[in-house]
Amino acid sequence: MILLWLILTPLIGGVLAGFSGRRNHALARWLSLACLAIDLVLTLVLWAAHDGTTITPNGAWLAQIDWPWIPQLGIRLHLGLDGLSLLLILLTLGLGIMSVIASWSEITERVGFFHFNLMLTLAGVIGVFLALDLFLFFFFWELMLVPMYFLIAVWGHEQRIYAAIKFFLFTQGSGLLMFAAILALAFINYRQTGVLTFDYFELVKAQLGPTTQMWLMLGFFIAFAVKLPVVPFHTWLADAHTEAPTAGSVILAGLLLKTGAYGLLRFAIPLFPAASATFAPVAMTLGVIGILYGAMLAFAQDDMKRLVAYTSVSHLGFVLLGIYAGNTLALQGAVVQILAHGLSTGALFILVGALQEKLHTRDMRQLGGLWSTAPRMGAIGLFFAIASLGLPGLGNFVGEFLVLFGTYRVAGGFAIAGTLGLVVSTIYALSFVQRVFHGEPRASAALTDFSSRHMIVMGTMIVALVWLGCYPQPVFDTASAGLANLRRVASERQPHPGEP
Amino acid sequence: MNGTDLTAFLPIIVLGGTVIIVMLGIAFCRNHRLTALLSLLGLVLCLIAIWPASDVAPRQVTPLFAIDRYALFYMGLIFAVSIAVLMLSHGYLAARSEPPEEFYLLVLVATLGAVALVASDHFASFFLSLETLSISLLGLIAYPRDQGKPLEAGIKYLILAGISSAFLLFGMALIYARLGTLEFTRIAALLMAGGTSPDLYWLTGLALIFTGIGFKLSVVPFHMWAPDVYEGAPAPVSAFVAVVSKGAMFALLLRYFVTANADGFGPVPMMIEIVAIASILVGNLLALLQNNIKRILAYSSIAHLGYLLVAFLAGGALRIEAVTYYLVAYAVMTVGAFGIITVLSTSNAAAEIEDLDAYRGLIWQRPWLGGAFAGMLLSLAGIPLTMGFIGKFYAIAAGVSATMWPAVIALIVGSIIGLFYYLRVIVAICTPAPEGAAAYAGAVPMVGSATLAALTLMLFGLGVYPTPLVHLIQVTAAQMTVR
Repeated sequence: MILLWLILTPLIGGVLAGFSGRRNHALARWLSLACLAIDLVLTLVLWAAHDGTTITPNGAWLAQIDWPWIPQLGIRLHLGLDGLSLLLILLTLGLGIMSVIASWSEITERVGFFHFNLMLTLAGVIGVFLALDLFLFFFFWELMLVPMYFLIAVWGHEQRIYAAIKFFLFTQGSGLLMFAAILALAFINYRQTGVLTFDYFELVKAQLGPTTQMWLMLGFFIAFAVKLPVVPFHTWLADAHTEAPTAGSVILAGLLLKTGAYGLLRFAIPLFPAASATFAPVAMTLGVIGILYGAMLAFAQDDMKRLVAYTSVSHLGFVLLGIYAGNTLALQGAVVQILAHGLSTGALFILVGALQEKLHTRDMRQLGGLWSTAPRMGAIGLFFAIASLGLPGLGNFVGEFLVLFGTYRVAGGFAIAGTLGLVVSTIYALSFVQRVFHGEPRASAALTDFSSRHMIVMGTMIVALVWLGCYPQPVFDTASAGLANLRRVASERQPHPGEP
Repeated sequence: MNGTDLTAFLPIIVLGGTVIIVMLGIAFCRNHRLTALLSLLGLVLCLIAIWPASDVAPRQVTPLFAIDRYALFYMGLIFAVSIAVLMLSHGYLAARSEPPEEFYLLVLVATLGAVALVASDHFASFFLSLETLSISLLGLIAYPRDQGKPLEAGIKYLILAGISSAFLLFGMALIYARLGTLEFTRIAALLMAGGTSPDLYWLTGLALIFTGIGFKLSVVPFHMWAPDVYEGAPAPVSAFVAVVSKGAMFALLLRYFVTANADGFGPVPMMIEIVAIASILVGNLLALLQNNIKRILAYSSIAHLGYLLVAFLAGGALRIEAVTYYLVAYAVMTVGAFGIITVLSTSNAAAEIEDLDAYRGLIWQRPWLGGAFAGMLLSLAGIPLTMGFIGKFYAIAAGVSATMWPAVIALIVGSIIGLFYYLRVIVAICTPAPEGAAAYAGAVPMVGSATLAALTLMLFGLGVYPTPLVHLIQVTAAQMTVR
């Protein structure tokens, strides 16, 4: 039951904020904040009750609910929380709170509707992280797109309509491919067992020939690859991130991209282990290309937001590499990288958003020497830039290091090529700091430094990132139960009679 | 005909009675409100009459009509849509110069044709019902007689309806010449017996009938009339044409195919698949080029009929279920979308508000109407929380279960293209209106708003929790498969 409340709380908060926002802007903000805080407390309670993990036949789950929804079609309201989902939901709520605070002064028009969309997106993301029924998963997967579309299209910058439509078309189109794959899987299972079901634990038992398995896996992979984004499908990302308002960018980079990684971990690989193993070299190649190409593109940008957006492509290349390397080290690294990237990139977007709000430009050619007028911003910018380049002691380093470590064991070449990514990331991160904060001061007369509200947000994120970098053990412990669940599920998949 | 037959036939009898009473009422006393009330009352009574009828179903009433739960379900849908259309039209007609009373009469007669159509089990009743429907529709489309566009649309509809009827009749004649019967069930029995292998007569007849039906459904390549007629006709009539005329026709097509087992013949499924793919692609692509909302909805309706045909191709019980759910969803969202155009155009008697630019800023000026419109469009695009999503689920599921991969891929590609133009409209209603544009100043009629609210509630309610409707449809479908 508590799992349903995790989804309903932001939903209710969004509706309340939507109604109250027409009269009282502050009320809408406080309501959203309160609901997210309640949700965060709920999740922390679940985490604290970690020992209460119930071992079910389907693995270790902190909580599950399984109710009929559309019984005639075998669709159930099946939600489950394990260590992996828990970490991602914590990230969701944390970044959700940060983005509400970050848009406190930025969003002044249609405040109610803005928070309605923001909360609805968050509810959809939480739903994605909890769903264990494939239909339900797709339902949430699509649900988070519409409010995100509105966030970009209504409150975005100059090219917002173009960016919003591009974002929607890419994700929706690839999502439909996945939907067809889900249905094909369900009907194959229906023919074998006579039961129409979309349940994760049932569908994993369906017998699939190698060719079928490969096609279905590709259907899932493309949907998640567009979200992640993997290199040939990444073109929507820069536009959407750049044009979105700050909160939108934070949620896009911090959360929506992570749903792609989560989908690969939870669905694409456990449901189709053999096909994934065959496909792994291709996926890892794409991951390495993403790391290097993303970093190159980031270095070439003049627009600050675009730069940060392209660093995401690079960082999530590591995640893809880790997921397909497949051993525990690499997977743990991928999880830490997901969390650390969410924090560091989220913070960079907030910083860049604040700069744009005050200076009305994102073009680095018009910036420079901001450190003297805004030392707080400078210091924080430097911190997150070096976090992003992977300085030891901060979260990103742990993630990237573990991923490379794990990858080296299975595919040394990929690990070596991936390591180059650490070098190029140094170049773009330091050049960003150099161009914005150092050099001759230009056009910074009107700049006021971070307020204490911003400092609290940034401080929290700094603490979290340092903690993740110095003492990631609690995260490993929590994630390991979740990763064990995934391996369990993958082992359920019986080899097809015809398969060698 | 005995008492049980009459009970089974009750919904149609009540509707016939309503038509006569309303006609006499108009003859004695021209009163808009009275006519509207009488018509609505009659339709509500028809809806109620479905309960006694369903107790005696399934029942063959004369060789012409089969009253089973399937027919009764579609009758209910048609009555409900007619009620919604009449309620939406009330304020709209009151603000126009034409005398409004005959509009109700024509809608009632068209409804009569449509409900008789879904119960038809015989080529004769099929043709008679269809003509009743088409001729009243002609009157409705050209109802604003003093304007150019509706008249043009009316003439276009008249000519194409005539041609398609001719095709249909010729096809029926060929099948009669071959098999010597006009009853669907007898045709099925003769074919089952294997006495007649599919030959030139049979195939030509089927192709001609399908052409005739294709015109009515406005699937590609018989779709040319739809955008012009939708654009020219008054908005509530466009909704009626899009939903009642097409829906009834589709229900009949399904009955014909299930009872006469017509898709067992080689080229038929392939023919339908090609038409479905063409409708999806052409409808969606042409919709991209439009700037008139009614034309966009017309092309989108062509594409939706393509999706319906994909659902139609699936075998077994899933077919009836998928088609029926999709048709209900399609009815709700299409009536809703045209309803919003109707309501907004109420105070603008000179012309309807149909240009895309005229909708700019709608969601900020009238949040409820704008929100409802956005909901309808998202549903048409197949986004979760709405009925359109479950409908699209059914269509893809049907295609996948029949392993019709080209059709499934066309459906996916079509949905992506479709998204683009639905989003264009949503972008328009979200963009702040240009300075000085005082759109939507007029009052919005109460009855129309209430209808829209009900439709929107249904759209989301049955989209999130479709279980009751799915259950009802499964009960319905079971009876038809058993027969």
